Parts: sequence; structure tokens; C-alpha cells
Amino acid sequence: MSLLEVRGASSFYGDFQALYDISLAVQEGERFAMIGSNGAGKSTLLRMIAGLLPARGGGIRFDGQAIDALPTHERVKLGVSLVPEGRRVFPSLSVEENLLIGGYRGRRGHWGLGRVYELFPLLKERARRSAAVLSGGEQQALAIGRALMNNPRLLLLDEVSLGLAPVVIRELYDRLPAIAAAGTTVLIVEQNIDQALGVADRVACLLEGRISLAGRPAELTREAIAAAYFGI
Amino acid sequence: MEWVNAVIQGTLLGGLYALLATGLSLAFGVMRLVNLAHGDLNILAAYLALVVVTATGANPLVGLVAVVPVMMVIGFLLQRVLLNFALGGGVLPPVLVTFGIAVVVQNVLLDVFSADSQGLDAGPLENASVTLTDQISVGFFPLLTLLVAVGVLLGLQFVVSRTQLGRALRATSDDTEAARIVGIDHRRLYSIAMAISLGTVAVAGVFLGIRTTFGPSDGPQRLIFAFESVIIGGLGSLWGTLVGGVALGVAQAVGNQVNPAYQALAGHLLFLAVLAFRPSGLFARRTARQV
Repeated sequence: MSLLEVRGASSFYGDFQALYDISLAVQEGERFAMIGSNGAGKSTLLRMIAGLLPARGGGIRFDGQAIDALPTHERVKLGVSLVPEGRRVFPSLSVEENLLIGGYRGRRGHWGLGRVYELFPLLKERARRSAAVLSGGEQQALAIGRALMNNPRLLLLDEVSLGLAPVVIRELYDRLPAIAAAGTTVLIVEQNIDQALGVADRVACLLEGRISLAGRPAELTREAIAAAYFGI
Repeated sequence: MEWVNAVIQGTLLGGLYALLATGLSLAFGVMRLVNLAHGDLNILAAYLALVVVTATGANPLVGLVAVVPVMMVIGFLLQRVLLNFALGGGVLPPVLVTFGIAVVVQNVLLDVFSADSQGLDAGPLENASVTLTDQISVGFFPLLTLLVAVGVLLGLQFVVSRTQLGRALRATSDDTEAARIVGIDHRRLYSIAMAISLGTVAVAGVFLGIRTTFGPSDGPQRLIFAFESVIIGGLGSLWGTLVGGVALGVAQAVGNQVNPAYQALAGHLLFLAVLAFRPSGLFARRTARQV
């Protein structure tokens, strides 16, 4: 049974339809990457899975349980954690407080303050500082750490590399194996194709709200990806 | 020496205004809710204390153990069944809904208790005083009021800065959607915030009820004093609210010293001066809010 199963789901912003009849399944322990250009609907997909946007038609199942009707905080309780686009750390909380609030639901497991600090030692050095004064890369690390504090079964990573220097992106991506090794299933959304292909067990491509391609990185040719990505 | 006395009495009165304003500041800080029924709920708490005192013969200060929990439950339910549905659709719906609540509370109080002014009798405590010099004596009750106000603010400060509930309140105030992402049920949190808000309102209501008389239509004036304290002190700062309340109290006491008719006017003038020269208040919190 898949950990996450989306079947025939659509999503709208007002009258604008952002996702058309999306179906995908993510297996437990897998690293799944969703690529696509700007505005293809990648973030919308993650927001729909997290419960910030309603899914219309179709359905979303998590570990076999229908979660369509559950509000975001109930999904977090089940172990669905989103690292949102733009990081969204809490500026009036310190770094450590941001992490502590990440554990709000009290889910037990591998991750705790100590383990997150081991994963991102920089955060420990800045524990007492306001999250607002961190650099972009540090804020991204904090956003990931905050999500890990929930001990998620499914981690949704939205555009981790957005606006960051290549060296910082590499550092963040280097942490992914450690996160996956702790048993967390990861669904990554990326604009950066090479980055996504490098870490994922499986990839799918979104084009104008529809899945245009899916497969294992080794099975996909550059031409096929380019066609699915740009729609040419 | 009369002026020193005025400043001291004003400071003590200011503690009460701070207590009155804290709940308003909290509701606005956490959920951007401007509660126009704040003053009327304050009066409601005083009437609840009156009912408790009449029924049991207890001292109104002892009555707090009943009035505070009842007001907290009222706050929780009000938020849960009514105000949560008014939030999220811009600034106007909560203003209209709380204005409606204010009208309902006033009329229910008028119907049940008549328009007669009432007072709470705290016994000999009310007249006891400590003599500092020949001309200055500090009433025991006003002093107690200030101490209680500071105590309540210290307690709130502890909750907000040290507990998971406080972190959740600040996080939700920063970014509601991000708060939902970490698993916070923001609507439930709002209900808890309103319960705390009305808990402080209840304390202020009982102390004000002992200090002065009150009637069903006194709520709006209380609301204005609370607003002025919040604005003078600066939004989102608990200690700013205390300073704002004290500044308002001192201004009123000094105005009263000049001419008893100028008491409220002096407070309003200070408020206008702050709005004109330092619109963010004396102790505005300086974090950039994310939109």
C-alpha cells in the first residue's frame, strides 16, 4: 500500500483551475521529486496534500486513510509535514522556539531538538537568536528542522533551493539521505531538474496543472524531460 | 505636594487601566480582532460579581474565583460559536459582530438589573490606607489593584514567553498559515486567547466595580480607556500596555487636580498627543510582520 495516494484530484484558486485530475502514489521510504516550471502547479499540489487548499473531485489517502476532509492540523498529527515555499519561519520566535513549536503535536520518534541540531549545527549556534535575522539558507534549514520536529512520516519539501546560492543548496540537499535514513518519506518539489534527478528515486513532471511525465531518473531521457517540462 | 499626590494616585489608577487594556491588546495581537464589546464584557463581569456577592454574601474579591472562570468560559464559547466565523474576511466583520455583542450585552444588563448604578462593597479594605507623609496617603485598595495588575501582567508575560501555549500564540500572530502547518489548530487557539482575554477583563471588572459605581451603559467608556491605554503604550507589548495605562491614569489624575471636570479630557489629550507625535505608541514592538 502506498503511503500517499492522490487519485483524480483537482484544485482551484477561485475560478482558476491550478491542478487537473492529478493521480500519483508515493511509497513508504521513497524519495519522490515533482519537477516543473514556474506556475505549473507544484506548490499547489503540496498545499493540497497538506490541507491548505481543498481537493475537488478525486481523493487523497494517507496510509490508507482518506484525509480529504481533515484540516491541516489533523494531517500534521498523522505525520504530514510541509516545509512551505518561502520558508515561513516565525520571526518573533527564536531559532530554538521555532523548533520547539515544530513539535507542537507531540509526535514521538527519531527527531528531537538534539538530533536536529546534529543535522544542522549552525542552528545550535544561533539557538537564542531571532529567526528573523537568519540568512536565507539558515532559514531554510530552520524550516526543515521545524518540520522534522513533528517526526513526520511524509515530509513535503517545497522549492528548497529557491533563492539560495548553489553551495548552500548542495549543503541542504546533502542532508536528505540522513532524513530519509530516519525512515521519513520525502516528496520534493523542485524547479531545478538536475537537483531533483540527483536525489530522487522517482520523478514526475507537472506541466500546466497536469502530470506530463513520470518514471525513474535513469529511465528518462533528457529530451523526454525537456519536452515534459517545457511542453514542446 | 498635591501634584505629587495626584501622580501617585494616577499611577495606582493606571494599574487598573492596564488590567482593563490587557485583554483588548491580547485579542488584537493574536487574531487582529478589535473587540468593541470589551468594555461591556467588563461591565458584565462586574454584574456577575454583584450576583455572586448578593447570593453568597462573600467579599467581591473572593467572588473572583467564580467570576473569572465564568468569564473565561464565556470568552471561549463566544469565540468558538461566533467570532471565529467573523475572522478571515477582512477587518469589518469582527467589528460589526463585536459591536452587535456590545449592544446585546448592554440591553440584557439593562433588562435584568435596571439602569440603576451599582457598586461592589469590599468592606473595610476600601478605606484602609498607608500614610506616607502628612499630605500623602496611599489607599490600600488602589495599591492592591496596581499589584494585582502587575501580577497578572507578569503571569501573562510568563505564559507568552516561556510556555508552548505562548509560543503558539506568537507563532499564530506572526503567520497563521505557517502556524497551521506546524499543527496548530488556530481556531481553538483563538478560543483560548479569548478565554484569557476575558479572564483579565473579569479581574478588571471586579476591581473597577469596587472602586467606582457602574451601570449597564458604562461599557463604551471603559472601552475607550482600554483603547487609549493600548494605543499610548504601543500595540503588541504587554509592558507597553502597563505604561500606557499608567500614563493615562496619571494624565487623568493631573487633569482632575487642575479641575475635576478635566479628568477624562486630560486623558484624551494625552492620547491625541501620542497619536500625533508617536503613532506606534511608546513601546511598539519592532518586528516586521510577514504578510
